[in-house]
Amino acid sequence: MSDHHHTARLPDTVLRVKALESLLVEKGLVDPAALDALIETYEEKVGPRNGARVVARAWVDPEYKQRLLEKASAAIAEFGFTGRQGEDMVVLENTPRVHNMVVCTLCSCYPWPVLGLPPVWYKSAPYRSRAVIDPRGVLGEFGVTLGEDVEIRVWDSTAEVRYLVLPLRPEGSEGMGEEALADLVTRNSMIGTGLALSPDDPAGADKP
Amino acid sequence: MNGGHDLGGMHGLGRIDVEENEPVFHDAWERRCFAITLACGFLGEWNLDMSRYARERMHPATYLDTSYYEHWLIGLQTLLVEKGLLDEAEIEQRMQALAAEADA
Repeated sequence: MSDHHHTARLPDTVLRVKALESLLVEKGLVDPAALDALIETYEEKVGPRNGARVVARAWVDPEYKQRLLEKASAAIAEFGFTGRQGEDMVVLENTPRVHNMVVCTLCSCYPWPVLGLPPVWYKSAPYRSRAVIDPRGVLGEFGVTLGEDVEIRVWDSTAEVRYLVLPLRPEGSEGMGEEALADLVTRNSMIGTGLALSPDDPAGADKP
Repeated sequence: MNGGHDLGGMHGLGRIDVEENEPVFHDAWERRCFAITLACGFLGEWNLDMSRYARERMHPATYLDTSYYEHWLIGLQTLLVEKGLLDEAEIEQRMQALAAEADA
């Protein structure tokens, strides 16, 4: 379904949104300034850069990593990343033998404070249906091939528990500082549909 | 609850369509739908589970054939009407008025 530019499928969608907004504002149920602030927050301020900073810190600071794996929400809050849809976070550590991948088969649960709002594919029927029965096939569509000796664990999010994958630190990144390491951490590597970028692969810098 | 939203393990839904450099929102209406849904959540009339349930009650055929923020929109309208904050007739009237304005 390549429908990026026409996301409304029902003929009245645009009108209905306008009607609801105008009625809600008229009745004083919502504040127009609050609407703009919400949009600005999630469009411009919260995004996967937050999660990348958490991952980079965990790569360089073993004590931080320990805190992150034990009590993720509190460790993430050390950066000031708190709020809706991130109240109960669990961090899943990838190892050379275990690769974690996150889905929400029922809807779109996703850790907003560290990744922002989810991409369309994450919320789409193909990903939600197939991640749990064919994770290797799904990873293949994302260009990720793992050895047969690597166990893939798929985690189905709920409205209560949200997962963040701690990807493997890439080879060749020894000695890099936190800021530079954060640049290697893609959104998909924190969902588990990608790997962290290699420092030798500048072409990867534009990948999500 | 089982329903059209319970997609885990379903076959035949096609390939995953990944968009490079995807924007946070694809259309202006998605932005507004997102914001009014969150803002109405702050009214305290319902919780997250109730808003999910409002989307999950969509007819399975409609659920699969509409986009993500349309699920939000339909769920929001359901809750607003059920809680008596808006009624369907005034929503339809406002839509007609807006449509007439756009045509003028």
